[in-house]
Amino acid sequence: MLPDKTGHFNGFGGKFVPEVLMSSLDELEKEYHRTKRDKTFNQELNYYLKHYCGRPTPLYFARNLTKALGGKLKIYLKREDLLHTGAHKINNTIAQGLLALRMKKPRVIAETGAGQHGVATATAAALFGLKCDIFMGEEDIRRQELNVFRMKLLGARVIPVSSGSKTLKDAMNEAIRDWATNVRTTHYIIGSVAGPHPYPVMVRDFQAVIGREARRQIMRAEGRLADYLVACVGGGSNAMGLFHPFFKDKKVEFIGVEAAGLGLASGKYAATLTKGRPGVLHGSKSLVLQDKDGQIAIAHSIAAGLDYPGVGPEHSYYQKIKRARYVTVTDSQALEGLRLLSEAEGIIPALESAHAIYYLKELSRTIKSKKIAVLNLSGRGDKDIGIIREYLKL
Amino acid sequence: MTNRIDQKFKALKAKGKKALIVYLTCGYPDLKITEQLVLELEKRGADIIELGVPFSDPLADGPIIQEASEYALKKKINLYDVFSLVKRLRKETDIPLCLMGYYNPIFSFGQVRFVSAAKSAGLDGIIIPDLPPEEDKWLADLSRKAGLKTIFFLSPTSSLRRIRSISRAASGFIYYVSLTGVTGERASLPADLKQNIKTIKRYTQKPLCVGFGISTRRQVEEVFKIADGAIVGSAVIRVIRDNIGKKDLAAKAGEFIRGLR
Repeated sequence: MLPDKTGHFNGFGGKFVPEVLMSSLDELEKEYHRTKRDKTFNQELNYYLKHYCGRPTPLYFARNLTKALGGKLKIYLKREDLLHTGAHKINNTIAQGLLALRMKKPRVIAETGAGQHGVATATAAALFGLKCDIFMGEEDIRRQELNVFRMKLLGARVIPVSSGSKTLKDAMNEAIRDWATNVRTTHYIIGSVAGPHPYPVMVRDFQAVIGREARRQIMRAEGRLADYLVACVGGGSNAMGLFHPFFKDKKVEFIGVEAAGLGLASGKYAATLTKGRPGVLHGSKSLVLQDKDGQIAIAHSIAAGLDYPGVGPEHSYYQKIKRARYVTVTDSQALEGLRLLSEAEGIIPALESAHAIYYLKELSRTIKSKKIAVLNLSGRGDKDIGIIREYLKL
Repeated sequence: MTNRIDQKFKALKAKGKKALIVYLTCGYPDLKITEQLVLELEKRGADIIELGVPFSDPLADGPIIQEASEYALKKKINLYDVFSLVKRLRKETDIPLCLMGYYNPIFSFGQVRFVSAAKSAGLDGIIIPDLPPEEDKWLADLSRKAGLKTIFFLSPTSSLRRIRSISRAASGFIYYVSLTGVTGERASLPADLKQNIKTIKRYTQKPLCVGFGISTRRQVEEVFKIADGAIVGSAVIRVIRDNIGKKDLAAKAGEFIRGLR
């Protein structure tokens, strides 16, 4: 079972961090393995997931969307957008918040791109009485001002990051620097299946509740598993959360949808698995968008949550062993996906999830017989209204 | 095969002296000036030079070195430039030179090529702040076989188990990070520094040098009392920054280094 003891997924992963953080990663790893088997912890976590977050989330048969795309591909939506705070991110922050309490760390920090992980962290911090600082790139603060205000309402401090591309990558650099400084009192809640070991495996396990529920629900609805699981991939937590519980079900095909931004020929994209090569960013080895000298590239996507030049190491592993395939969708196609779902089903998806929705259209075209797809609707679009208005004239 | 770093510590020890190690960002403000700086700082009392390779995401560095790194990157400084700089320097000086760089550009260059280029250019040691000894052991092996020192870090949060294993893996010297945090000047040294050094010294005979937050003569003196060397980075980069465009930049940096001991 991967990762191995040192946190590697067949060559990807690991702990590439300054020495000052190594002991904390060891501590986190130990605490995480302890809590994994701890009944009290799991009862507590399940309590909050159910009564506070609103789990289980529905698996909704999208009849209209199915029809709109020709009817051969039967589409189910895993409604993570209905969770408290509006995205799947809360599954992980509640769990890591509980971990912080156990490790007696009074302060949590997080990086955020779209602001969803920041809001989810600020929420968990408010709930558990933890001090909370969120690092966010200045460009993202502009794009996602509503979420910035929400974090402040929740009592968190939002620290603008002005270095580099002023987006998620730079926010993560700054969060790591803060963590190195305040490591004795602070737990760093990484929001994706990225970062040094044990984060990729830990966040995966906390998000795997999505796939476990989806499995039960699709069995109940269809009496069989889906043919396709489809999810957007930035760092890759919502996709991994859906995929992982089906890893051994070889007939279930995993499709990760990356952001092609202005197009793969434009040089402005965030399609790490499609265009990246192996490298180390933010503590783990994975595919990375970089130049010929190994300098990290600046990613681009209309969706702040996908705007990241790295990707979780387990996705690189899935790609390497061909367990999953990764495709791309551009900014304008994502907007089309957003309109499609909004008008067909009355559900406004987050721009991130809209990438995955658009891909269903392409998938529908390629299949010959009736198939079933489960799409992870990882977040709702409320946070994006400002930016969508810049692009769409209604 | 004798290494310049080993020889330097041996020579210093014989004289009862400690090592002053200075960090420079290669190509800040340009490669020619970096070359002048190395030669000038050697004359003014630097014992070992760390040549920093700029990186887009320097997560162990504070604002001053981040800025220098960004500046050098705009000039597209890469590992090839650093190796040719070292080659030029080797015609003029025998001061120990360590390459200090983040892992990704090195990994991207390729381990075998990197080690052979580093060796033939005339480098003496490698320092990679985001590569603990448990990752890429192959690179460490290749370096050792080529006679390059692998300088690893210890920090105030290192457990006894790590102090033991890292002391074993390190060669040349051990880089002790004085504080929890990133590079940059601080008003005073941490209170637990003396005790932490004492603890580490129980486990190793290898030279132990202290870096991060050291910028004044008094701090250097304090470090010299308890460790084998002091590493100065951000403070000298600040002097360089404040003198960019001036003819006497190297002389100013030299005066600053002279003032530290």
